[in-house]
Amino acid sequence: MNKIIELKNISKAFDGETVLDGISLDIYDNEFITLLGPSGCGKTTTLRIIGGFEHPDSGDVVFMGERINDTPPHKRNVNTVFQKYALFPHLNVFENVAFPLREKHVPKKEITEKVNEMLSLVMLSGFAERRVTSLSGGQQQRVAIARALISHPRILLLDEPLGALDLKLRKDMQQELKKIQKSTGITFIFVTHDQEEALSMSDTIVVMSEGKIQQIGTPTDIYNEPVNAFVADFIGESNILDGVMLEDYRVRFAGNTFTCLDAGFGKNEAVDVVVRPEDVDIVPVEQGMLNGTVTSVTFMGVHNEIIVDINGFKWMIQTTESADEGEHIGLKLDPDAIHIMKKSKYSGMFGDYSSFSSELDELSDPGSEAEE
Amino acid sequence: MKRKLNTYHAALAPYSIWAVLFILVPLAFIGYYALTDNSFSFTTEHFVRFFTATSSITAEDGTTQEVRTYLLIFLRSVKLAVISTFICLLLGYPMAYIMARAKEQTQKTMMTLIMIPMWMNFLIRTYAWMTILQDTGILNNLLKPLGMGPVHIIGTETAVIIGMVYDYFPYMVLPIYSIMAKMDVRLLEAARDLGCGSFAVLRRVIFPLSMPGVVSGITMVLIPSISTFYISQKLGNGKFFLIGDAIEGQYVANNLHFAAAIAFILMVILLAAMALVKYVTTRYVYGGD
Repeated sequence: MNKIIELKNISKAFDGETVLDGISLDIYDNEFITLLGPSGCGKTTTLRIIGGFEHPDSGDVVFMGERINDTPPHKRNVNTVFQKYALFPHLNVFENVAFPLREKHVPKKEITEKVNEMLSLVMLSGFAERRVTSLSGGQQQRVAIARALISHPRILLLDEPLGALDLKLRKDMQQELKKIQKSTGITFIFVTHDQEEALSMSDTIVVMSEGKIQQIGTPTDIYNEPVNAFVADFIGESNILDGVMLEDYRVRFAGNTFTCLDAGFGKNEAVDVVVRPEDVDIVPVEQGMLNGTVTSVTFMGVHNEIIVDINGFKWMIQTTESADEGEHIGLKLDPDAIHIMKKSKYSGMFGDYSSFSSELDELSDPGSEAEE
Repeated sequence: MKRKLNTYHAALAPYSIWAVLFILVPLAFIGYYALTDNSFSFTTEHFVRFFTATSSITAEDGTTQEVRTYLLIFLRSVKLAVISTFICLLLGYPMAYIMARAKEQTQKTMMTLIMIPMWMNFLIRTYAWMTILQDTGILNNLLKPLGMGPVHIIGTETAVIIGMVYDYFPYMVLPIYSIMAKMDVRLLEAARDLGCGSFAVLRRVIFPLSMPGVVSGITMVLIPSISTFYISQKLGNGKFFLIGDAIEGQYVANNLHFAAAIAFILMVILLAAMALVKYVTTRYVYGGD
């Protein structure tokens, strides 16, 4: 696959506050890539730099081998679907979609053909004469996509485009966007803070935090092999524990020694251990590698979400089995349930479910503090 | 619900009384005076006089010409008002744009600078322009050392237009500025993203979206400048009698009934003009409805 965009060591600060701190990223042709992270992580700024709305303080933006740092937005073969759509309120649906073609002085007949083709791609045929202000959020969204795609850009930038839609519509639009990306073959760079959205749509996910890229990988890579506590916590639910790598394939945490699949760490190196809630099995106490007391059980539909207190550390477990509050249970961890990560500055910040539910309980129960 | 409605009506009452006493009653009086003679019996003579009264004008080459006095004055008022409004728009639009895009502190400063002349009395401003524009005034004194001039401006239509533009300029800038300041920056980014250079962004997005401000700016400058008076007397040396001056003149001469008739006609024409503007903007201009 060909590189279409290369970001080389890009930094950007606003009013002395660093927003991007040495970002390097290659984006390939025909790829659906998602920039994922909490608000303020720099994902939107990265997108705006690719779109040409911001200029990096240092570093280079390379588009198909050519440095485009100083190319203005209207001369880049890149279009954007803006967060709140940014449709032109003084123009109807047809004229909004035709907007880029009118600038290029495309013949009238061709404009009509292309606009109709685009409107049918986004399933809005028959809406041409409608005012954009009379459309629902989902329809406005489609107009914005049609308008951005009509001049066949090499890259489509999407800045949290589904943020304003309700859940059902979001799911439908996710499918539809993926379909449009496949059928047009245009590279999509998608920005979101919704990890589920990122996992279900992307070929590649770029996890960002505090202006830095934390991890780049396929959704499965990112989920199964998070590089640090931040990624493990941000993508899905994770129990993250302090551990010591005794030797290859042997790790000690939570007062016990476990067999794992990870190797290549130093002898007795301190590490972060990730255990996904769905990888923990509940067993009778005598068979348990770990034992603890159930502090809460929440029915989630497909599974139960159980919080277990093991020596003061609260684990989250997702299982189809059931347990009762206050019950003493055993836990079993298979070697492939354990993932080892190097220590990072995010170590110790995430992955303990103590505050998950019980803190709220304690807040609402004035007696609990006195008892402890 | 009923109680709530009563409170609402009670709160509205002072304003309703105000509107009746100081707007509707005076309007009725104007209508009444316009349609009666000095002994308060019905007549249409004032209206006939407005449209038919003639006077003779001696041009500079000595030829005299018979003209319809008040129609001439009225058309002259419209002409000067249209020219002033156009100049206000030409100067005010870029200024509003620059202001709306400036830093917040700069915006505040510019706003204050525009407002300061409005804090000063209208007569004083007009006298100030007299001292500037006189043949031996400040302007010509400044031009002299530069080897230019003297220019003769006072007593010309140009002087009257300068005065009107100066007085009504803020009323053009402020409504356009307030629309531009509210304009969604993302729309401008979207236009650039979709292939527009700076000028195309202005032509295809900023200008159409700012039309509501332009329409209200034009209305706010055109209406008062058609009916303006005094500026023309002071800066035009009384040579360019405007419709406002005519009303004032008749009033001062105690011809209350004819003054009321002119005011009445002016009002009807302005109302018709505004209705036309409203009709055109609702149909053809964004944000007009």
